[in-house]
Amino acid sequence: MSKTYKISKGLDIRLLGEAEKVLTDIAARSYAIKPPDFHGVFPKPLVGEGDEVKVGTPLFYDKYRENILFSSPVSGKVKEIRRGAKRVLLEISVEPVPEQIYEDFGAADPNSLGREAIVEKLLKSGTWPMIRQRPYSIIAGPDDDPRAIMIAAFDSAPLAPDFDLVVNGREEAFQAGIDALRKLTSGKVFLNLRTGQSSKAFLNAKGVEISFFSGPHPAGNVGTQISRIAPLNKGEVIWYLRPQEVLSIGQLFLSGKFDPQRIIALTGSELENPRYVKTNIGAGIADMVRDNVKDGKHRYISGNVLTGTNIGKAGHLGYYDSQLSVIPEGDYYEFFGWASPGFTKFSFYHSFFSWLRPRKKYRLDTNYHGGERAFVLTGKFEQVFPLNIYPMQLIKAIMVEDIDQMENLGIYEVDEEDFALCEFISTSKINIQQIIRHGLNLMIREMS
Amino acid sequence: MKALRNFLDKIKPRFEKGGRFEKLHSTFDAFETFLFVPNRVTLTGSHIRDANDMKRTMIIVVLAMIPPLLFGMWNIGYQHHLSNGIAGIPLLENFWYGFKVVLPIIVVSYVAGLATEFIFAQVRGHEVNEGFLVSGMLIPLVMPPEVPLWMVAVATVFAVIFGKEVFGGTGMNILNPALTARAFLFFAYPRHMSGNDVWISRQGDAVSGATPLGDALSSTTVQGSELTLPSTLDMFYGFIPGSVAETSTLAILLGALVLLFTGMGSWRIMLSVFAGGLLMGYIFNLAGSNAYMQISPWDHMVMGGFAFGAVYMATDPVTASQTTKGKYIYGFLIGVFAILVRVFNPAYPEGMMLAILLMNVFAPLIDHYVIQANIRMRKKRWAAQTATT
Repeated sequence: MSKTYKISKGLDIRLLGEAEKVLTDIAARSYAIKPPDFHGVFPKPLVGEGDEVKVGTPLFYDKYRENILFSSPVSGKVKEIRRGAKRVLLEISVEPVPEQIYEDFGAADPNSLGREAIVEKLLKSGTWPMIRQRPYSIIAGPDDDPRAIMIAAFDSAPLAPDFDLVVNGREEAFQAGIDALRKLTSGKVFLNLRTGQSSKAFLNAKGVEISFFSGPHPAGNVGTQISRIAPLNKGEVIWYLRPQEVLSIGQLFLSGKFDPQRIIALTGSELENPRYVKTNIGAGIADMVRDNVKDGKHRYISGNVLTGTNIGKAGHLGYYDSQLSVIPEGDYYEFFGWASPGFTKFSFYHSFFSWLRPRKKYRLDTNYHGGERAFVLTGKFEQVFPLNIYPMQLIKAIMVEDIDQMENLGIYEVDEEDFALCEFISTSKINIQQIIRHGLNLMIREMS
Repeated sequence: MKALRNFLDKIKPRFEKGGRFEKLHSTFDAFETFLFVPNRVTLTGSHIRDANDMKRTMIIVVLAMIPPLLFGMWNIGYQHHLSNGIAGIPLLENFWYGFKVVLPIIVVSYVAGLATEFIFAQVRGHEVNEGFLVSGMLIPLVMPPEVPLWMVAVATVFAVIFGKEVFGGTGMNILNPALTARAFLFFAYPRHMSGNDVWISRQGDAVSGATPLGDALSSTTVQGSELTLPSTLDMFYGFIPGSVAETSTLAILLGALVLLFTGMGSWRIMLSVFAGGLLMGYIFNLAGSNAYMQISPWDHMVMGGFAFGAVYMATDPVTASQTTKGKYIYGFLIGVFAILVRVFNPAYPEGMMLAILLMNVFAPLIDHYVIQANIRMRKKRWAAQTATT
């Protein structure tokens, strides 16, 4: 019994540099966990520079929720504790040793454990941060009873990784993960697939309600999926994960070890050889891009081009990211660029002649292609925003910090990634995702 | 190109904070970004951005106005020669005559308006917004060919200041600036904006000079007059006197295609304006107590500024309703009011301008109720959820 939902509003941005379905192992020279990846976490380090850590040794915890620990994805020596302005903790990096040693948290069958034992194991091993919640897209609260748990098992963003490949051969771990998650909610566990996905790990999963989605991006966003299955109400909480995080949870119960493994899609027009690599959470990308990029100045993005983080060529992948995107920087002037016919310019609008070639794939750079202006066009965001929410009105409510109106207009149902396409098509070049995050942070402060 | 870029890079520091011409920063920025799309890159969030920006958006809208503009130029020459009893003038000669009439109006509108825009941007220290590229073209298109140039200048300055800048500039205004300019002249200098003497450039004695709307209105106000309209097809093609670019419904529809295909104009608004106008026309047909009320609703669509207003004025995204449902209501009421004012108010032969300005004022109210419906739906869902748990 599965339902199919058709998403009609949205936009697929066709980029060059899709990852070839070849998987290689890469051991990075350093791994890092970056507290800024976790909204609302106030990190307190538990290790010092030079300390020896194992896989699963906690590196830091959240000052406001002390039981939430963040584990080392690798065993070795703590290389650097990097702080930024006002001593904000930015990154704890670990240099691995060849022989990997694991902390042991004890294997167990999740079906025979109670909710408390499962939560405790997830917290202790530092696996818990993999579970996030809506509203706000922050780490789930261990004491909450979520209305449902969603596994968003496909990604529709530009050049997104194929999760079928990711779970291939790990059916047992995936099922164990689901079994553990089922104990965490009194509601259902939903597995949201794209129509046509064929992985056995997904299709044969037990104890989940499978839903199929079709249509353009943002069909793969959990916000879109929740809005179709049952929109989030005020006061409710829904937890969500991506498949690799379910695998880590399953592996924890199968082996008793913190499982940091991640398969990453190396994508983007500037890579010589876009492909998949197997590595650990927070891997440094230096070895993935060395001898693998074309000439020129590049932007290295952990995640996809719409929502990812600029990490530079020596940076580390983000905690939740399964993708690295490398695209050209756009710091050039374009003579009368706004007046050119634009056969090679990608646009959602038909204002450039590129509409003549609807299947062409593009090499897009980081230029804004224009100056920032007040909102002028209307009704455009709605065409790429499949939620039953007035996007521009919500953005404006946040800009004037009207808490009541934000609540009324549906801020609980969204996070910044839901607005990424609005930001992309904005002719006024407004940084909408920042505005949305500002609104979510305001709500968190207001509700606590 | 490279030399120009180097020159700009060289003088740029002088216009930045601490530079000698710091006060002229907005002006420099406007010219620089006109010549070159800036090199600014994204920092976070969406790392890539659509190629379409405000300049491109506005230039597309200006392009969409070209068909009625070209036709209008030709028609001014044609009407001039016709009224002087000269027939058989070649197409280009008619066009050249009209070109000489219209070009000064366009130049005056752009110069007066852009000067005002630059001064405001300078004083307030923000960028010069591209919105006036469109308004500056719309204003000449809705002027009668005989309008004195100084009036165009005064009206444009008035519209830019009181129609737009006092509200905070493009994107913040309540009223359509181009219609504000026209309304200003209409009420300040009615003799130059209505009647039978302003619609044909240097009018001769061979014709009355009245627009079809004027004819229709006098049939209801002047005792014993008969209503004789040009054929519907003539009005559709635009061989009638009128404002510079409003006469040819055909040319306007061409422009509408450009707006709709590029996604710059709202089909919902255009469609519902015509639907509202037609419905009101049919209602008058049913009531039908005088000749004006009995004319075909389709004639209303091709007379006067109805089509021009529906395609270029009502669709202005800033002053129209911003919600999808709101757009239908907004457009529909414009259509209804335009015909209502035309037929019932002897003081205003053209109802389109007033209908759009009126609905500009009501657009935020319409949006308010549409958004309230969304909020009520959400709250109902919350209530249903708390009831079940």
